[in-house]
Amino acid sequence: MSVLLTVDAVSKRFRGLVAVDRLSFEVPAGGIYAVIGPNGAGKTTLFNMIAGVFAPDSGTISFAGERIDGLPPDRICRRGIGRTFQIVRPFPALSVEDNVIVGALLHRHHVVDARAHAHAVLRRLDLYDKRAQRASSLTLPDRKRLEVARALATDPKLLLLDEVMAGLRPTETDRIVAILKELNRDTGLTILLIEHVMRAVMALAARILVLHHGGAIAQGTPETVVRDPAVVHSYLGVEDLS
Amino acid sequence: MIGRLIGGVPRRALAMLGVLLLALIVAPLIASDYLLTVLILILYFAYIGQAWNIMMGFAGQLSLGHALYVGLGAYAAAALYVHFSIGPWLGLIIALPIAALAGAFIGFLAFRFRVAGVYFAILTIAVAEFARVGFDHWAWTSGSSGLFLPVSQYSHNDIWLLRGHPVMFYYIILAASVLAFILCRALLQSRVGYFWLAIREDEEAARSSGIDTFHYKMVAVVTSAAMTSFAGVFYAFFYNNLFPEQVFHISRSIEIILGPIVGGVGTLFGPVLGAFVLTGLAETLTAALAAAGVDLPGAKQVFYGICLLLVIMALPDGIWPWLAKRIGLAERNK
Repeated sequence: MSVLLTVDAVSKRFRGLVAVDRLSFEVPAGGIYAVIGPNGAGKTTLFNMIAGVFAPDSGTISFAGERIDGLPPDRICRRGIGRTFQIVRPFPALSVEDNVIVGALLHRHHVVDARAHAHAVLRRLDLYDKRAQRASSLTLPDRKRLEVARALATDPKLLLLDEVMAGLRPTETDRIVAILKELNRDTGLTILLIEHVMRAVMALAARILVLHHGGAIAQGTPETVVRDPAVVHSYLGVEDLS
Repeated sequence: MIGRLIGGVPRRALAMLGVLLLALIVAPLIASDYLLTVLILILYFAYIGQAWNIMMGFAGQLSLGHALYVGLGAYAAAALYVHFSIGPWLGLIIALPIAALAGAFIGFLAFRFRVAGVYFAILTIAVAEFARVGFDHWAWTSGSSGLFLPVSQYSHNDIWLLRGHPVMFYYIILAASVLAFILCRALLQSRVGYFWLAIREDEEAARSSGIDTFHYKMVAVVTSAAMTSFAGVFYAFFYNNLFPEQVFHISRSIEIILGPIVGGVGTLFGPVLGAFVLTGLAETLTAALAAAGVDLPGAKQVFYGICLLLVIMALPDGIWPWLAKRIGLAERNK
């Protein structure tokens, strides 16, 4: 399997604090890859570097064979990386449909084409019936799916999901899990997700990276990772191992 | 093109727009000279309000210095006419890029160096103030003593040189307002329009959706500035005199933004409605006070203040979104 994203010896410091410390990993094309770890482990910092919010202090990030570290977020999105935000931020005053049209217009020049594409994406995410509503009127689960829809509409090769299941009820989580699985299977979309909800991670990810204090303490398949003593000790806790 | 412009607009809205346009077209036949002047003023503010709305209402960039673009347009065209006998339409071809460049200058400074929000607004004020002081001391445009266009008794309407009866000016500003309305509608439905709204709503999320926010904010400022410069050319040839203290003054910039705010920022009909409400009622008030023999200087300003206060308190989104809902004509995006 070819590699889509390569993170190589990447570090990021905020003043004295080392948020990400010489981290290296590879995301294979077509897979679902999860990053887990306790709060403050550096997960969101890692995401923000991949998405171009800020550049790494050292190390390189390559996407589809080209260096992308240091590029601004809009150019990274145009290269084919779509993202969601941990705290959702849809365009509140715009309708659900218009939110997704904005994403769809990235690689389409006519609003008519973008609208057609947006409708297809909205159907996939179970939001088609709510397309005329203002984004600000949606419930949290709907807003989370709207963020995924907007990112998806930009035709990414890699989708970065920052805790899209957080704060959702188990049924809502299962719904998103099913949608993401289907997306991955049908379109070959590569997904990199940060997630705390282990139920979702176990159901989705083919590979897991465990971050702790900015460094990887384990990598591998879900089965091996959850049995790793270091992971159990620092993150999962004993009672989670049943 | 036309199909796409009116696509999705309720029949009733089209009918009402048609009636309004018809009423405005026949208005000079029945309006007195005074009423005609008021209507010209209303349409003038509707036009600039529309231009300002592109920046604030669509792209979310607050300009408090739009008098700059009015003034540059006015002075460029007037000076070319006075010094070189270049007519206003040719003058516009020169005035437009000058205003656009000024907009690009402000935009570049602000967006390149991440001057945003309140600081951006202050920057727009500052540049307009620079221009005011600069023009006050620039001999070529007669400095603070004012630039005057030669006025002769008009025997006929010369549309090429913009010399003639107020009715001619009325139809010109009416045409400009209609064109501005159509242009804004087209922009709002275009790719650029969607990107502007995204930037207005959440700039960081817009960037993450692949939008080059610097580029599209620049497009907004330059478009708005260029559009506004025409209002300046019109102003110069309608009033025939220009004083830096008047055209570049911050109170002029404020006057420009009151209409769209009262009518509804970010809506297409807000600037039009706001201009009618504010200018229309203020002039009625002035006329009523004059008829009653009461001399109250500053009554107009007080009236503006009260209007703004009422709108902010009762209808923070402006009158039009509220009215549109009442009559079942909700506009998109607000």
